[in-house]
Amino acid sequence: MKYIYADNGATTRMSDAAVAAMLPFLQDCYGNPSSLHSVGQKAAEALVKARETVARCLNADPKEITFTSGGSEADNQAILTAAALGRKKGKTHIISTTIEHHAVLHTLNKLAKEGFEVTLLPVTPGTGLVTAEQVRDAIRDDTCLVSVMFANNEIGTIEPVKEIAAVCKEKKVLFHTDAVQAVGHVKVDVKDLGADFLALSGHKFHGPKGVGALYCRRGILLQSLIEGGAQERGKRAGTENLAAIVGMAAALEESVKNLDETARRTTAVRDRLIKGLRAVGHCVLNGDRENRLPGNVNYCFEGIEGESLLLLLDDRGVAASSGSACTSGSLDPSHVLLAIGRPHEIAHGSLRLSIDETVTEEDADYIVEQVKEVVGYLRNMSPVWRDLKSGKTAFITEE
Amino acid sequence: MALYSEKVMDHFRNPRNVGVIEDADGVGEVGNAKCGDIMKFYIKVDDDVVTDIKFETFGCGSAIASASMATELIKGQPVSEVLTLTNKAVVEALDGLPPHKIHCSVLAEEVIKAALKDYYDRHGIAYDPELFPDDHDCETCEL
Repeated sequence: MKYIYADNGATTRMSDAAVAAMLPFLQDCYGNPSSLHSVGQKAAEALVKARETVARCLNADPKEITFTSGGSEADNQAILTAAALGRKKGKTHIISTTIEHHAVLHTLNKLAKEGFEVTLLPVTPGTGLVTAEQVRDAIRDDTCLVSVMFANNEIGTIEPVKEIAAVCKEKKVLFHTDAVQAVGHVKVDVKDLGADFLALSGHKFHGPKGVGALYCRRGILLQSLIEGGAQERGKRAGTENLAAIVGMAAALEESVKNLDETARRTTAVRDRLIKGLRAVGHCVLNGDRENRLPGNVNYCFEGIEGESLLLLLDDRGVAASSGSACTSGSLDPSHVLLAIGRPHEIAHGSLRLSIDETVTEEDADYIVEQVKEVVGYLRNMSPVWRDLKSGKTAFITEE
Repeated sequence: MALYSEKVMDHFRNPRNVGVIEDADGVGEVGNAKCGDIMKFYIKVDDDVVTDIKFETFGCGSAIASASMATELIKGQPVSEVLTLTNKAVVEALDGLPPHKIHCSVLAEEVIKAALKDYYDRHGIAYDPELFPDDHDCETCEL
């Protein structure tokens, strides 16, 4: 049976280039980059090269790149660094948004418990966009950090981070962006962007899991989260995960090299999915139609619940994800869907398809067909759908 | 998927007794769309025996499976037996549910009781109100 992986927002398959780059560092070149002997120095050279590659892909200086265990650690380190710097100056106000990843939101919750005041900007209903004006209005004399994600992981909305960075620069407030979903998929140039911190994760662009990086603009003293050895210029102790770092660099280099072509192809298939799924009826697209990640499709289907949709799609060879409570392991559906104004009733019926360039137009048509059938089947056994159809309750979405 | 037992997946993929009974003797509905789970049961009762049962469910895989299994456990049983059915029996019959899905089996127990209560009410049959505690306790949904 056909199996179409449409959950690249969760993780991706490693590219051949990334695997090939990693393999030597698992056995032949196993040295510790901190060792003085030649095996170690070979490893140290590879580490330098990987850092240069990642820096070049982002238009950063290698000294501005710190390797981490992933996007979450990078987000944590950026935010905690800015908070520590702020506290020293008596600035304990942080601005972010309601649709950030938990790596950001939970770190902010922790800081709130430690006396920081956190303002979470509301986003535009439906699209999830925030504006630079909102940020400008929220900045106070005691604001030490603005953290706005580059692109949202669930609804794919690309935020106006360049404009936001400009406001932050003007107001002399540090700006962090969680670019985990953006790097390798859309153009990310830290100089052009003007961010002070930027977090990325290797496995979101066909690199390995368990590795990421934090860009920290030169001149900002990064605070270490893990104390120990002097690795990463003393900003992240622990023997480097060299194979993963090298694999990530190879994956990023390839993704950035092919970015325009990949984005063009993926966007075309994405648009075919968006159009095709609309025909299912009584559904609504989540996220901005234009400012959107090339591979992201996210719909709420009225009258059904997302987990059963996912399980049945999996049976039919389509791997996807959902923001329903049942898939999040909590009582509430996705905080992002609620933040863009979707009522609980339809937020439970969400479907995210995150495709890469291997998904063809034919695959898209297959996915649409399967979703149509499964949604129809589930609606047929849904008392909510019965009430909607009979007019007992009112539809939230348009036919 | 390893999330659920084979039994759960079987009842989810091939739910038994799905549908509506237009001239039901009792109808029960529990849960709400806000929480993401709704079960609705329709029963026919003859000579104090549940002779037919149909269900509708809005919910996750384990909600559909729990409802399906509950209908199988009940069909053909005397009302007195049906009243003693617990969520635990549903869980056991399904070879277990993940901890955060136990509330689905609770909904199944509650919807059966709600349908029976409706049957008693419609037919003017006296019953002990303690058999039917009030509303669904949302605490059971908490992790």
